[in-house]
Amino acid sequence: MGLPKIRLTAKKKKTPESEVPAVGPQIRLPKKPYRTHGGIHAENIKNTSNSPSEEMPIPPRVIISMRQHIGAQCEPLVKPGDFVTVGQKIADSQSFVCAPIHSSVSGRVKSVGTILMPNGEEIKAVEIETDGRQVVCEDVKPPHITNPNELYAAVRESGLADLGGEVLPAFVKPNYSAPDYAVDTLIINGAECEPYLTSDRREMLEAPEDIIEGSKLLMDILDIERVIIGVEDSKSEAMAKLHEVISEKELSGKMCVLKLKASYPHGAEKVLVKACTNRIVPMGGIPADVGCMVLNVTSAAFLARYVRTGMPLISKRITVDGSAIAQPKNVTVPIGALISDITEFCGGFKETPRKVVVGGPMMGTALYTLDYPIIKQNNGLIFMSADEVGAIEPTDCIRCGRCVSACPMCLTPVNVQYLVQKRDIRGINDINVKGCMECGCCAYVCPAHRPLVQFLRMAKDLCGN
Amino acid sequence: MDNNKSLRLLVSSSPHIHSGENTTVIMQDVLIALVPAALMAVVYFGWRAVMLTAVCVGTCVVSEYICRRVMRRSQTIGDFSAAVTGVLLAFSLPPTLNPLYAVLGSVFAIVVVKQMFGGIGMNFVNPAIAARVFLLISFPSQMSRWSMPFFYLSNNAGTDVVSTATPLARIASGSVDTSYMDLFIGMRGGCIGETCVLALLLGFGYLLVRRVITPEIPLCFMGTVAVIALLSGQNPMVHLMSGGVMLGSIFMSTDYVTCPVNRAGKIIYGIGCGVVTMTIRIFGVSPEGVSYAILLMNILTPHIETLTLSAPFGKEA
Repeated sequence: MGLPKIRLTAKKKKTPESEVPAVGPQIRLPKKPYRTHGGIHAENIKNTSNSPSEEMPIPPRVIISMRQHIGAQCEPLVKPGDFVTVGQKIADSQSFVCAPIHSSVSGRVKSVGTILMPNGEEIKAVEIETDGRQVVCEDVKPPHITNPNELYAAVRESGLADLGGEVLPAFVKPNYSAPDYAVDTLIINGAECEPYLTSDRREMLEAPEDIIEGSKLLMDILDIERVIIGVEDSKSEAMAKLHEVISEKELSGKMCVLKLKASYPHGAEKVLVKACTNRIVPMGGIPADVGCMVLNVTSAAFLARYVRTGMPLISKRITVDGSAIAQPKNVTVPIGALISDITEFCGGFKETPRKVVVGGPMMGTALYTLDYPIIKQNNGLIFMSADEVGAIEPTDCIRCGRCVSACPMCLTPVNVQYLVQKRDIRGINDINVKGCMECGCCAYVCPAHRPLVQFLRMAKDLCGN
Repeated sequence: MDNNKSLRLLVSSSPHIHSGENTTVIMQDVLIALVPAALMAVVYFGWRAVMLTAVCVGTCVVSEYICRRVMRRSQTIGDFSAAVTGVLLAFSLPPTLNPLYAVLGSVFAIVVVKQMFGGIGMNFVNPAIAARVFLLISFPSQMSRWSMPFFYLSNNAGTDVVSTATPLARIASGSVDTSYMDLFIGMRGGCIGETCVLALLLGFGYLLVRRVITPEIPLCFMGTVAVIALLSGQNPMVHLMSGGVMLGSIFMSTDYVTCPVNRAGKIIYGIGCGVVTMTIRIFGVSPEGVSYAILLMNILTPHIETLTLSAPFGKEA
């Protein structure tokens, strides 16, 4: 980005690069990533890079939350006492931004009640007592996909929730290519920039064929020109594997693996689109506005497997790490498995955890209890010891400006805190706080340990009302 | 499972990891960067440099302590910011100044400029610069009695002070006789910490390596001074290496609290400092203008920041 534009009173209209898709006979594949603003170089702690995924044994009970991703809550389709099978649809919704939920186990529904989510929301949930037999539902059969509409329907039925930054039900994403949008680029997100997390890296190492197959499916059905797989340079092995598969399948004219600089948050949708295509997603817009579709590597691989087997999304690979857990590893767990059961599978604690984070350490949510079920959007579970947490009281802001240079969205978090304290809603609107994606870079670099993300969330709430 | 029930987990907003930097480390880095200049000050101006620096630092820390106590606020002397102010103030005083003036300046810097406006992060001008200007206006003759380096070794120890004119004063009167080498290593009359360019540049390098400051402000400041000197037919090297340009541009104009946070703002601020400095040097009554330039630009900082607010990603400016 270089020097930020100086904005004086007269505002000049500049044609954004994003408006020139320049369709030529030659498909342009980027050789190196474009520049992005801000970001941080967090210490690359990844203790589980070389831990192959392990399947967790089916726990005695699972609790399946009726909200697995951003969007509407699902309505349960089962009642207590019902017998459910693996892959059976147990909840659905009429809402557009919502994917159905399937049972991850076979067994009897014990209760349909509510659970308290870590964000304080009460959500309906289905509790299932497992029988350990894992009987597969007879509805599970490979879908037939020949045109875009069949693809949308199939992706919706698969229950896939994508992890490319915003956790949307995945079928919403292919829908972007409906007549309103001209999507020419599919970006497969293999950045996995959060420290600790290695679940996507394992996907790239263990199932590169599935990733390429899934991408090819989308490319063919949705008539997309090119596929760019963005991978951070810390994962050279994964990149080599993907390269190999691409050239084996003779797709190198249309697909490429782009080596991204290891910097957080390169996996955030808008940053990734800029790095891969130099297009700028407008504020409040979606990647499809600039002709891009972003899908996570694991989602792409899942799609290939779903087309092969018809088994919906019922399990998730989770990186279990942190200095308090006895055996850090990558575990494939059924959706709805309780964190306490996963802990037991990983050998329990070697010291008392002070903080338990579900998700990555930069954007994850701190839990108050371990009796909380895994949902589709989770990809990490970090048990931090007291030393790792290192609680430091915030001191006064010294206006060093580190938050300003770290912000990938070019915001000024330093000003937000004062505006929030003054409840200055006009001022907050002026600085476009809605563009904040809560990546946490500002708070990470703040030498005064100011809780800037919290201030930004408060600011968003203030102008939301 | 019973074990899990008794867990006391900390719940807080993301992010859950931190770079580990803190204000104390930053201030310590600034102090370390000032060490070469301090050593040269002791070599050139002897025990008077040591005494004045000690008096300033001591007074600053004590006044900050008392202030925070009286105002019933959390104690902040541990972050070393008061010590930095003390060192910077001492470095911009003439070596032969009566220490009582130094005490007065330090109290003014901490109590009036810093704490009355809310403490660290809230002062609208740099406390050390404000205190220097306060002393300069209140006691003009005491604040402009210069002595050559090594004056303390001379035989007429009884008179103690050998008055000399600074190179800048001599530029004003039309004659420069100091060589570039002398200017570079600091063999000239001037404030305690401003004379040795080499030592200050070492500090600059350290601050850059440790990423405490970014180079925009000092480089724009120095560049503007050199360009204006060239345009007005004067020697840019002499202008850069005399007076307080080095000390001011590296250590004082880069004070976080009183400079813009964004890059465009920093560039405008640096150029502004250079322009005001040279305007005063060329057209003003006083031979030196760095302190006034920084003070003025400090006051303009909020406006520069508002004008240069970068457009958020994805929003058309």
